[in-house]
Amino acid sequence: MGFLSFLTGLTFPRGVHPPGLKEDTRDKPIRRLPFAPRMVVPLQQHFGRPARPLVVKHQEVLRGQPIAEADGFESVTLHAPVTGVVEGIELMATARGPKTESIVIRTAPGDSQVIHWARPQDLERLNRPQLIQAIQGIGLVGQGGAAFPTHMKLSVPDGYDIDTLVVNGCECEPYLSADHRIMLEQTDAVIAGIRIAMKAVGADRAIIGVEDDKPDAIAALKARLDKDGPISVGQVRSKYPQGSEKMLIKALLKREVPSGHFPYHIGVVVNNVGTMAQLGTLLPRGEGLVERVVTVAGPGITRPGNYRVPIGTPLRYLLQQVGFTGSDASHIILGGPMMGNTVSSLDVPITKGVSGVVVLPDPEAEDTRMQPCIRCGHCVEVCPVGLNPSDLGKLAAVRQYEVMEERYHLNDCFECGCCSYICPSNIPLVQYFRIAKSLNRERLK
Amino acid sequence: MTPLKIELKTSPHLKQSGSVEQIMRHVTYALLPICAFSVYHFGISALALMITTVVTCVLTESLFAKLSGKRSSVSDFSAVITGLLLALTLPPSFPLWMAALSGFIGIALAKVMFGGMGYNLFNPALVGRAFAQAAFPVSVSTWTVPGHPDRFTEFLPSTLAMPFTTPAPVDAWTTATPLAQWKFEGVHVETWSLFTGMTPGSVGETSAILILLCGLYLIARGMMNWRIPAAVLGSAFVTASVFYWMDPTFYPTPWFVLLSGGMMLGAMFMASDMIASPITRSGIWIYGILIGFLAVIIRFFGGLPEGIMYAILLGNAMAPLIERITQPRPYGTRKRRDAV
Repeated sequence: MGFLSFLTGLTFPRGVHPPGLKEDTRDKPIRRLPFAPRMVVPLQQHFGRPARPLVVKHQEVLRGQPIAEADGFESVTLHAPVTGVVEGIELMATARGPKTESIVIRTAPGDSQVIHWARPQDLERLNRPQLIQAIQGIGLVGQGGAAFPTHMKLSVPDGYDIDTLVVNGCECEPYLSADHRIMLEQTDAVIAGIRIAMKAVGADRAIIGVEDDKPDAIAALKARLDKDGPISVGQVRSKYPQGSEKMLIKALLKREVPSGHFPYHIGVVVNNVGTMAQLGTLLPRGEGLVERVVTVAGPGITRPGNYRVPIGTPLRYLLQQVGFTGSDASHIILGGPMMGNTVSSLDVPITKGVSGVVVLPDPEAEDTRMQPCIRCGHCVEVCPVGLNPSDLGKLAAVRQYEVMEERYHLNDCFECGCCSYICPSNIPLVQYFRIAKSLNRERLK
Repeated sequence: MTPLKIELKTSPHLKQSGSVEQIMRHVTYALLPICAFSVYHFGISALALMITTVVTCVLTESLFAKLSGKRSSVSDFSAVITGLLLALTLPPSFPLWMAALSGFIGIALAKVMFGGMGYNLFNPALVGRAFAQAAFPVSVSTWTVPGHPDRFTEFLPSTLAMPFTTPAPVDAWTTATPLAQWKFEGVHVETWSLFTGMTPGSVGETSAILILLCGLYLIARGMMNWRIPAAVLGSAFVTASVFYWMDPTFYPTPWFVLLSGGMMLGAMFMASDMIASPITRSGIWIYGILIGFLAVIIRFFGGLPEGIMYAILLGNAMAPLIERITQPRPYGTRKRRDAV
């Protein structure tokens, strides 16, 4: 492994090699923090429609109790993250931007916060539609960051056969190590989740893609798996964005998802290891998703690590618990530094899709002055999609957004940011492309 | 918690270190040993020539920046590089007024008029050199004996020629380059002396090994695409080998072709100019192979002994077309994207 991995590991073409920066967190076991005195649970923290509240002001709720139901298929159930009292259903700041209707719960002081609400079920007896419904009922959404409802992802449209379930344990974002710890500490839960997901999509095999900078996780998984069993581990090279669905499929299966299509079109469904661990833990017990593992790291954090955080915990509380100094950092990112978003307020809650909180130093210290493109070609060399960011950037500068879409495959860009990362001229390429895409969407409306 | 300022920014929040200035600064550093060797070799005339071209290029750039009201891009070192490269392609005895005019033409015509930094289709230094070739054919092909004992105390007679006069060559100082010796007299110069550079020639195209080392420095720092010099030199070597194999008595050895004249300097520092070369990987190979091939063909069959300059300019001219046919294939599509 190590320095020779470029000869051995599976991978996709191009991409970048940002520093891993995981040293501060990857070797520390996942820890639990005290419960925040007040939880904010947004009704919409997933792709799709917001959930419909089931509780009213002043109502007492038990940890794990459903507090909002799915509004149709494109929605999921929400569960109380703590035992306490509903303070109200109010518009609250969230990381998504606009204020979102949220159930605010005052945590019952001194409560043991043991989960009392569970409906264990015999998974063997459920057929595929019942299984999908059960997964929707535990409120599971993608834990890797996209927060796409898992039951939707596992519902394969009629006419498509899934041959492979790909499980994403790459964790290619710098700083983040939550998936790494989950694979080490919850290996059995990950595998149990994979078995359930395989049944849900009707796949005969599953491959867990893990980057070669996590040899201990690869070893832990392999130790629990039969050598010739249906579940295998695929060691992939540590490279960004290896953890992107399409890149991982390319690396493990040498297949490409056709432009404008989804993985199920080529017989593949991809899920994150964190999602599989939640599925394997919660579904057999019939419990709802009430907490998740979050990596908290970066130069602005005194006690970096992986923490089991109840959904709805205010960011401010979490940062206080891990010793956020606050003076030399002004750059607070939810998710990883390559694709995550900065927050505008410390009052936003940790939601189901937040895989990490990364605090970086003041970016003003760097020289980020934009220079003309010198056609060095680095962006073309790194774009994992095989686009020409240099040409796209020049078109964006003269607002040829339609040309970008029609002739330069703008919509295949999934905004990984490799181009902006590498550009010596500091041209905000991916930022241009985001604007171009959203303006094109506006135009279609 | 202390009150804090929250910075809103879109991803990516990490950035690889490195900037345009840094790249250009290191290219300048890489050229300095070659310049120093030239001064040792040809004396104060070579030094005066470099100073003249660098100052002219920088002044031209600032002048046009001022006229157009744009922020001056002088600080990015690119005009310095153009000046140095131009000086390195000129004969040591080249009159300073001609050098200044060539530098002005290079920057004004090839760079500013195309839109400035990043937009030039042709390498500005080579356009300046081509101008010199066309306008001052005698002075641009008058070569000086290297290592002249008086080189550190005396200017070459032609260096300080009055503006708008063409000095006559002074026999005591002049000689023919190895390429010209081969072309016009059928004399083969020993390859080793080309490698170390103790031969007559343009200011900076003498020691092949020094140029190679300076180029390798940039490649090692990731500031130059190694594929371009590799393709140019490889293709020139293969082309020359074919001819040498056909008639070893007439054609020079492939090593001579690589080490003589401006081949090494052109391949390392001019063909590799990022701005005027294709940005796609396969395009870079085609571009380099084309330049190496053309350089040898021009040398062997053209009227001039040296062909690398025109070969690179032709390569520059072809770059947009090459780029058009070598676009990467986007993920999930069958065909390369439609060229525009």
